[in-house]
Amino acid sequence: MTKILKNVHWFNIIVPIIAVILGLLVGAIIMLLTGYNPILAYQSILESVFLQPYYTGETIRAIIPLILTGLAVAFAFRTGLFNIGVEGQLLVGWFAAVAVSLMFSGLPKLILLPLAIIVSALAGGLWGFIPGLLKARLKVHEVIITIMMNYIALYTTNYLIKHFLYAEGEKTPNIPEAASLASTFLSNLTQGSRLHWGIIVALLAALIVWFLLWRTTKGYELRAVGYNPHASRYAGMNVKNNIVLSMVISGALAGVAGSMEGLGTYQYMMINSTFIGIGFNGIAVALLGMNTSIGVIIGAALFAILQTGSITMQSTAGVPTEIVSIIIAVIIFFIGSSYIIRWCLLRVTKGGK
Amino acid sequence: MDFMQILAIVIPSAILTATPLIFTALGGVLCERSGVVNIGLEGLMVVGAFSAAIFTYFFEQHGLGAASPWLALLIAGLLGGVFSIIHAIASISFRAEQVVSGVAINFLAQGLCLFMVKLLFDGKGQTPYIAHRIDKIDIPLLHDIPIIGPLLFSNVTYISYIAVIISFFVWYVIYKTPFGLRLRSVGEHPQAADTLGINVTKTRYIAVILSGVFGGLGGGVYLVTIASNYSVSTIAGQGFLAIAAMIFGKWHPVGAMGAALFFGLAQSLSITGQQVPVLNHLPDVFLLIAPYVITILALAGFVGRADAPKASGIPYIKGKR
Repeated sequence: MTKILKNVHWFNIIVPIIAVILGLLVGAIIMLLTGYNPILAYQSILESVFLQPYYTGETIRAIIPLILTGLAVAFAFRTGLFNIGVEGQLLVGWFAAVAVSLMFSGLPKLILLPLAIIVSALAGGLWGFIPGLLKARLKVHEVIITIMMNYIALYTTNYLIKHFLYAEGEKTPNIPEAASLASTFLSNLTQGSRLHWGIIVALLAALIVWFLLWRTTKGYELRAVGYNPHASRYAGMNVKNNIVLSMVISGALAGVAGSMEGLGTYQYMMINSTFIGIGFNGIAVALLGMNTSIGVIIGAALFAILQTGSITMQSTAGVPTEIVSIIIAVIIFFIGSSYIIRWCLLRVTKGGK
Repeated sequence: MDFMQILAIVIPSAILTATPLIFTALGGVLCERSGVVNIGLEGLMVVGAFSAAIFTYFFEQHGLGAASPWLALLIAGLLGGVFSIIHAIASISFRAEQVVSGVAINFLAQGLCLFMVKLLFDGKGQTPYIAHRIDKIDIPLLHDIPIIGPLLFSNVTYISYIAVIISFFVWYVIYKTPFGLRLRSVGEHPQAADTLGINVTKTRYIAVILSGVFGGLGGGVYLVTIASNYSVSTIAGQGFLAIAAMIFGKWHPVGAMGAALFFGLAQSLSITGQQVPVLNHLPDVFLLIAPYVITILALAGFVGRADAPKASGIPYIKGKR
């Protein structure tokens, strides 16, 4: 029974769509119950994001790190790994990018900007390497290790900022112009939003991930290990190395997501009292995008629209922005419970047979 | 400052910090012993902290005075249990990936609670401070005992002792009662348990709901002893720290309690360490990350091998081998 369901292809596309609809529906019901107007709320989200250039720019800006963290989670998923540590890998990547740009502020842009992004990938990759290695060699579950690594990243980066790169306002100094992704052109185009060139980096990353997974032998191996590690080992693949590699690439993508915030959006890194949530949202984005590059881009766009639009929603419809977290949670819940959606769909389409 | 004085600062503060962790870690133990992973403990603590803040405030308004936080704690546990039913339905009945469902619980709890706060308090991001906390006291008579008096019976809350007693009670339930035997068998080998007539689904439901009750209590205790009001940053990682304590305690209730106390010590040292010679030269970051590093080392087998229950994280599908 479950085997037949797995093979039916269109269910894979229909499940995320139904999950999104259910998420928006639950959000609307909660708004109705608490005395808000859901139509006005959703309308204000769409109007601000699509009709006001500033919010359009801010939405695209929010898509950038979400694509990268979504890709990071999706990449690990493909190898059968649940990288819940994207949040931490993002923080170390962010810190590394900012630290490198401050340390080598004299270098020309052509060298410094790529260097900062590469270093952020290395830092994130290192943060993914540790759980990957422990998983591969000692069979320790990556979920727990990556959660622990998140906190180590949070406290360590805070400490390093406080003691080595501190500037007024609980943050690092601003990065030099030579390391910046910010663009006055894009900013002017969108009435002063913080949109930056990172969008090209994010889309490029999506393309590379797609190519790597679906057009190379290594990608085939990584996916094979995800499907069935035993069969992969029997076919002569090195399962352990593939697990480590997958976590390193996943961590590197998350690290680059961090550099987008550091070099693009903020131009600095602040001391975070708690997680910023882009990494955790990446889990939702990957699930929604069915772990494909194009799906991740769509998922990232949806969440960015919801999050950016929620600011206008709060001011026009009065609904607290937290409704967006609730909607996202419900979407994750239903994608996670896809079994029940499949079951219901099968009942409906096959007339209860 | 002599050594005893240092201990008299550090140990009571460690016990206080550890108390919410003990409750939540016990919830984790019960849940994972039944074969359900509960990453959502953080969210359950959020629900507990939120309910404790709201209901303590509510009871205070109705003139219940010092009894308010205690009554609010009961409601925090209750609502934690109710909230965890979502995780139970997803991970047991809907066969969801349990980690995914747990992540959803965390999102939902944080979003819903803050949404409610803004709704109840005209858009403010935090609840009012509660007037009656469960305060630190010196236990009459006992705190006069030399040496252990100042360490274990001064500057403590009654709820800390309750946490320790409940740890042993949970140990008794898991290892010495028929229910505990069923719980463990369902978590180790659900197929075999099912064959012997144990209702796997029911047992897991009970375990998940109990973990919700304990998680809610943990969050509630944190609120009425330490935080005093609920805002977005009230529960920031304590749930995950409790999961770490559960692992470091090797999925054993008393072990988890010990681990929670140890982590509480590390956390409180990172705050009170400034007053302690030697430690005030050590950067606080080492103490902050210590629990997490130790947990990783424990899982890697460097500090005693920690193994999860065999069926942990795998949905049980009847008839599937």
